[in-house]
Amino acid sequence: MSEEKVETKRRLIENGRRIDGRGPQDIRPLRFEVRVLKNANGSALVEYGGTKVLAAVYGPRDPGTRSIALPNRAVLRCRYHMAPFSTHERKNPAPSRREIELSKVIREALEPAVITEAFPRTAIDVFIEVLNADGGTRTAGITAASLALADAGIPMRDLVAGIAVGKVEGTLVLDINEEEDMHGEADMPMAVMPSLGLITLIQLNGVLSDSEFWEAIDLGLKGARIVYEAQKEALRKRYSSVE
Amino acid sequence: MSITPVDIPVIPALKRGTILSLLSRSTRIDGRSPSDVRGIEIATGVISNANGSAHVKLGLTQVIAGVKVEIGSPFQDTPNLGNLIVNAEFVPLASPTFEPGPPDERAIELARVIDRSLRDVRAIDLEKLAIIPGKKVWNLFVDIYVIDHDGNLIDASSIATLAALITTRIPRASLNQDKGEIVIDRTTLEPLPIRKKVLTATIAKIEDHLIVDPSLEEEIVADAFVTIALSEDSLITGIQKSGMGAFRQEHLRKAMDMARQAYSLYIKKISETIERGAQAPT
Repeated sequence: MSEEKVETKRRLIENGRRIDGRGPQDIRPLRFEVRVLKNANGSALVEYGGTKVLAAVYGPRDPGTRSIALPNRAVLRCRYHMAPFSTHERKNPAPSRREIELSKVIREALEPAVITEAFPRTAIDVFIEVLNADGGTRTAGITAASLALADAGIPMRDLVAGIAVGKVEGTLVLDINEEEDMHGEADMPMAVMPSLGLITLIQLNGVLSDSEFWEAIDLGLKGARIVYEAQKEALRKRYSSVE
Repeated sequence: MSITPVDIPVIPALKRGTILSLLSRSTRIDGRSPSDVRGIEIATGVISNANGSAHVKLGLTQVIAGVKVEIGSPFQDTPNLGNLIVNAEFVPLASPTFEPGPPDERAIELARVIDRSLRDVRAIDLEKLAIIPGKKVWNLFVDIYVIDHDGNLIDASSIATLAALITTRIPRASLNQDKGEIVIDRTTLEPLPIRKKVLTATIAKIEDHLIVDPSLEEEIVADAFVTIALSEDSLITGIQKSGMGAFRQEHLRKAMDMARQAYSLYIKKISETIERGAQAPT
């Protein structure tokens, strides 16, 4: 406990190095694995350093209730949820206001990618479970969901790559971890369809000047490219070999 | 679980063609230019039982924001700060798409976006809302009540919130050393310690057209929205993209310029209202 306290008092950036040893523009080690669940039509396990997120896709399937079906497209249903053991203090499993908001913005980050017109009157369900939270869980969730959608064989305009940019002690940094998020000045999650140059999610919690904001966008777009390459590699690895 | 909205009215959706052809000539269905905001009316002090309140009409959208203070305990991790709690209710009398019950994802999102726009920039100096640091603080509740929905609820709510906060008066509370209890002097009213005037400005994107302060008709056909929170010293204090579409970087550049313009118009209207209110006999 006391060691933890000492840690939070440490400077977040010293000699150009972040608390976990990264440079400002370094992303944590990425580990993406596709088709990790038997029952789901598509699934993915995604890690950004200590952040670990599982996503599963069911569908296109019968929406269950007629009232939510659309005649010209599939509806997307999305749930972002944190496991009770995923955080330092146990998280109550009931959906929080934060999780309700994030479920909405994540759905809206995936909507532009999914070719829903191909499946009228159906529902595509995207379930995201945060297993271990160390910053950037919504963006990792989007990366995982997009991989799971691809794994389910659902046609998409592009993969969606998620990445969070932050401002920590005056420096813009890529892929912030929890400690940087808690003590930093800004957290700006982004989701990008890199080949199309489209930003499907952007939020800013914190304060940035105009020039910092544009610098942060550039950094986020650069980071999304790296995530995107790792996503494609994970799909290639899963599908290029014959079993 | 968040679900693709299905309650989109069919008739306005058919207006997409009309709206787009007008936009190609830089005009809008209600005659505005893309960077025009609708008419704004603000009345403050409309709720006598609230510590501060404002009724805002933004075009035909109407929102009431009420501020109430209560003495409470600080959160463990912020023992020396008062608490700011923002909540929004989309009550069913405001729109056929609003239903009774706990706030849905739209209301939760709106309240959280406004909360975040104020929090990190320390728009309100919450340290000054501590009565006995570590023990007793003011809880500052901002309740946003949407009463008629004609689009851009977020900016209307943001204007109402700021106008209500600026005009809020709270009783002086102090610690009686002898008795060790808090004394509330209801005859001495003090304004809130407001450090920055933060407002949101929302821009809708319809294909490659950007428009500020979308009406409901425009919202229904729009692809995506970006809400940008700004302070008077030009800081960006929050951003939220919403809607089913996406933005290019150059869209965001243009949206930022439009948001700064809208901020000036919104803040001017609030300042005029407050000044007028100060001059009026009470």
